[in-house]
Amino acid sequence: MAVITMTINDELVSGVEGQSLLTLIREQGIELPTLCHLEGLEARGGCRLCLVEVQSTHRLLPACTTTAQEGMAIQTHSERLVRYRRMILELLFAERNHVCAVCVMNGRCELQDEAAKIGMDHVRYDYLVPELPLDASHDKFIIDHNRCILCTRCVSVCDSVEGAHTWDVMGRGVNSRVITDLNQPWGVSRSCTSCGKCVQVCPTGALANKGSTVAEMVKRHDFLQWILDGREKKQWVMQNGGSEGRR
Amino acid sequence: MKRSDLQAMARRELERQQAVRCRLLCCASTPCLSSGAATVQQALEQAVTDNKLDAEVAVVSTGCMGPCSRGPMVTVQVAGQEDIYYENVTPESAQRIVVEHVMANQPVAEKIMPSDLPFFAKQHKIVLANSGLIDPERLEDYVARDGYSALAHALREMTPEEVCAEISKSGLRGRGGAGYPTGLKWDLVRKAPGEKKYVIANGDEGDPGAYMDRTLMESDPHRLLEGMAIAGYAVGADQGFLYVRGEYPIAAKRLEKAIRTAERRGLLGSRVLESSFSFRIDIRIGAGAFVCGEETALMASIMGRRGQPTPRPPYPAQSGLWECPTLINNVETFGNIVPIIAHGADWFASVGTAKSKGSKIFALAGKVDTTGLIEVPMGITLREVIYDIGGGVGEGHTFKAAQTGGPSGGCIPAEHLDTPMDYESLRALGAIMGSGGLIVMDNASCMPDVAKFFMEFCTDESCGKCVPCRVGTVQMHRILERITNGSATAADLQILEELCTMVQETSLCGLGQSAPNPVLSTLRFYREEYEAHIQRRECPAGVCKMTEAPTLALMEALPRRIRELGTIPMSLA
Repeated sequence: MAVITMTINDELVSGVEGQSLLTLIREQGIELPTLCHLEGLEARGGCRLCLVEVQSTHRLLPACTTTAQEGMAIQTHSERLVRYRRMILELLFAERNHVCAVCVMNGRCELQDEAAKIGMDHVRYDYLVPELPLDASHDKFIIDHNRCILCTRCVSVCDSVEGAHTWDVMGRGVNSRVITDLNQPWGVSRSCTSCGKCVQVCPTGALANKGSTVAEMVKRHDFLQWILDGREKKQWVMQNGGSEGRR
Repeated sequence: MKRSDLQAMARRELERQQAVRCRLLCCASTPCLSSGAATVQQALEQAVTDNKLDAEVAVVSTGCMGPCSRGPMVTVQVAGQEDIYYENVTPESAQRIVVEHVMANQPVAEKIMPSDLPFFAKQHKIVLANSGLIDPERLEDYVARDGYSALAHALREMTPEEVCAEISKSGLRGRGGAGYPTGLKWDLVRKAPGEKKYVIANGDEGDPGAYMDRTLMESDPHRLLEGMAIAGYAVGADQGFLYVRGEYPIAAKRLEKAIRTAERRGLLGSRVLESSFSFRIDIRIGAGAFVCGEETALMASIMGRRGQPTPRPPYPAQSGLWECPTLINNVETFGNIVPIIAHGADWFASVGTAKSKGSKIFALAGKVDTTGLIEVPMGITLREVIYDIGGGVGEGHTFKAAQTGGPSGGCIPAEHLDTPMDYESLRALGAIMGSGGLIVMDNASCMPDVAKFFMEFCTDESCGKCVPCRVGTVQMHRILERITNGSATAADLQILEELCTMVQETSLCGLGQSAPNPVLSTLRFYREEYEAHIQRRECPAGVCKMTEAPTLALMEALPRRIRELGTIPMSLA
């Protein structure tokens, strides 16, 4: 494995060839928000929160899908990037009905966290207030489309880790929606194995355990690395003792 | 089939064509068909039969002749005489053409389109050279006009490197809109490591009002296939895909037929022209998504996946279809390949400007006298296109703007009418060459309303993958809606401008990155119109109804009203 050197925020750092920019940036202890990307799933480049400035190009590049290259010079938190991140978060909050006060994930929601971290105290855009359903037909889980940010982590984990491909997306643009099977109620889905991986990777309160109420839902992302390590390295060890959930 | 067979076929076809005294060419392209070309052709055939002229007169259905608003078009070719164009032909006048013109040599004066019209004179047909002259459904017609000889020449006398070098030397740039040098792209794919490579022709034309690619596919399908085969040879691919927009059934049908005929004759498929080169072409029909014109989304669609773009790099030249190096060009780009190989790079490079070589097809639409499909040398001014070729905006109307590049492009105002039409000049004006849609607007058009139209289009067509495009376009559309109904405030305009830059810089693919262009370019040249809508709540063009009031104004007024009245008015409480 060849070592590469590059500059992040004017500091010289070294990484391994083939690494994604995101991995390298996070290795330096720099926090970069991602709402669609999750370690262990295929990079997607959809949320646009991890965009960084790369000196060699005028375009902003998503850190999750860009490979780190020798000699790159990047900026992760320029004034422009932070401003755009805030705007993107505002757009997400305006898109659907994210009412934190009555959400099962209140206090543990990634969307809420990122907004708080960046100091987003209000939304300047029109709330689109779409009328969206909630599907509680599954025995163990619910899907509340009002909280969905279309990150498609559920689609990805169901397809690539569980291998069921129960989830997919229908429609396009702002009318896109995640669906189970061919838009059948989740409860009657015959491909769903009820494994719950989708629930655990969901960044917001869109997917939750049935029966959890406001601020009760705890999600564990670390299970994903546990499964992947177990499969590849045959080591079935929970990294943080397996007791604590996210945060 | 060998090269000599090709030449024999061309000879036989020319003899067959010369055997008749007169050929009646009837346009069978979508615009003419929709104004009744099929019945005109039937009437022509009927009249020929009725007058027992079958042996000396041939009725031929051809591709597009250009002046679409004057269709159905019929061309009369009599040996030894200049071609005569008839416009707005009806079944009755078709009968008269046969009886009076063909039989009595008395052309039907009132239906003749003057041949000295600037519409024709200022054009320079390279890609559309065969369009309107050959029957797109007959291979022989194409071969008679030297069809497939460029492929034969490339296979026999040129190495793949030489083909790429020739294309580079010609200065040809991608006709899909971005203008990337074609030769460079070919060379990248040729050099990319990998056993399996692919060639894709992008015929998913989706800009409102644009139909260059459709016409090319409908009028001269073999030229496209030949261009793709040359590309396949140059980059080392043995499989091509032709991605045809779902709304183009006639194009798909003709291409399908052309592929079958060419394969049967050994011009495509295995061992092309008895060489060691094999090339198969398959058609993929789009399913109605504008975003599938974006190359990565198009490739996803070909592979049977959801038509959504993926981030670049990796570029298709390195990793495209099924992770193989893939060459993807617009169909019009492929239409330029045959003439470059046939006549040489220098001949091609002699047309156009320093940086933009050759010609460009535009679909001229909107408020001009003659709308239709035109092919002009690069660098022609907008004024020449609109006033000479198009015949002007008509008396009593003033030219206001020309919109190029559809929802990704911008508006060019009257003061820039003398801008040469090339990639750089148009980009400098905030418009783009685009695929070639050119919509002319007069003073009856309201610019914020035009921007709203294009934004609505982008809102509908956004695939939903990335947040800025999915939600940003909706928010921009809502602000434009407020501007055009009278309820916008100065703050709205500021938010709109911020959103424009953000969506432009942060979107994943070209659709989102260029979605704000119509707003930005109208704001640049017609800012006073936006301000009139917001500050005075009036629409200078008289298009917008202005039925609403700004909510902010009410909110500002409310505390004052409360102060004045000492209580909350009953009507508001």
